[in-house]
Amino acid sequence: MRQDHLISAHQLTREDVEAVLDRASEIAADPAAFRTRRAGEVLALCFFEPSTRTKMSFDTAMKRLGGDTVDMGTVESSSITKGETLADTVRVIEGYADAIVLRHPSEGAAKMAAEFVDVPLVNAGDGAGQHPTQTLLDLFTIRENHGLDDITIGVMGDLKYGRTVHSLAHALTNFDARQHFVSPESLRLPRSVRYDLHEAGAQVREHTDLEEILPELDVLYVTRIQRERFPDENEYRAVAGQYRIDAETLEAASDELTVMHPLPRVDEIAPEVDETAHARYFEQAHNGIPVRMALLDTLL
Amino acid sequence: MSDHQLRVSKIRNGTVIDHVTGGQALNVLAILGIDGSAGESVSVGVNVPSDRLGRKDIVKVEERELSQSEVDVLSLIAPEATINIIREYEVAEKLRVERPDLVTGVLSCPNHNCITNANEPVESKFEVVDDGVRCTYCGTIIRKRIAEHLDAS
Repeated sequence: MRQDHLISAHQLTREDVEAVLDRASEIAADPAAFRTRRAGEVLALCFFEPSTRTKMSFDTAMKRLGGDTVDMGTVESSSITKGETLADTVRVIEGYADAIVLRHPSEGAAKMAAEFVDVPLVNAGDGAGQHPTQTLLDLFTIRENHGLDDITIGVMGDLKYGRTVHSLAHALTNFDARQHFVSPESLRLPRSVRYDLHEAGAQVREHTDLEEILPELDVLYVTRIQRERFPDENEYRAVAGQYRIDAETLEAASDELTVMHPLPRVDEIAPEVDETAHARYFEQAHNGIPVRMALLDTLL
Repeated sequence: MSDHQLRVSKIRNGTVIDHVTGGQALNVLAILGIDGSAGESVSVGVNVPSDRLGRKDIVKVEERELSQSEVDVLSLIAPEATINIIREYEVAEKLRVERPDLVTGVLSCPNHNCITNANEPVESKFEVVDDGVRCTYCGTIIRKRIAEHLDAS
């Protein structure tokens, strides 16, 4: 990887992605060979927003490389409540650790924080902005199931605020992928993401209805429509209900369709789908370990 | 002395920003951070007749010579502007307005959730793209009415 930090999927070239995924494959095949790779090194976990999967998988990944972690803890228990700026916080923490993983509710937070530190900084989600490490594990999962070229992917749900969607869409422009985006009109991709996809010459189409494109998809990437994005509860229920999949929905899909979700899900994928051969979201979450191990091993 | 000269008289030393899009003169002052607090004399003509533009604005700032980087920022709101540096009543230098690659500390990001709007020691930074500007931190694009996003501070 050319940069010291991983802030956005924009900075990932095809070669960068393939290098990380290749190493992740090596790790997945023989994790014991990497058990002491980062012995004596420390990763700081700075999560200014709640996280389960991302935080725990970074923690586990670093420990499985033989390293250790220090955790800032919750915002409520930190100096943030005393009014400390993010810039000061990361400048202090870089003295404690060899790399920093940052999640923050503001868009652009990771980019700004990286300007204040010399140790590698990894964006683990910045508001509705980017989530590039989720993208790497998403790409790993897609590659394992279909390869990354000559694929058709549908992304459905909250495309406006979904940072995993923004990162994935951009990263896929490095590959021969046809991208379909399915959402209610009010949750379409933001203008900045559409601009990037257009600039990258991506094959992109937008829809409000999954039915018309479901049969041609290799991958369906479902995201949660968040209740708090709607001022009215009834409106939320009406919209969310239209973007829910169950076993009956998937009858129209190809047998080879892979269903993914960054999790947590609420009710956008019915539990009965878990039992089908389409479901890959738990495997996807588990892939976070080798992929984040590979990323840390590359950056450190 | 003509009516035009009466309204906007010659200056001895300073900068004349001419051919500003009609109605943008006050935004030109805002984008340059000129509010009179430094004691400089400023003359502003708004919607004066122009052969080239029909109506134009003109701004004269005494005892201050604009730099090329300041001039370039003007391209966002007054791309037709011409800038003359005046010394002893004569045009000593003509500067061309060119679109900069980056505009720093001039605009505020309209995305309230952008880190540049938090209480952090960071200046706003916008990349100039084909038909607008784009926040380098959160990616938000401003296409129209850029002057409305001039940093009030």
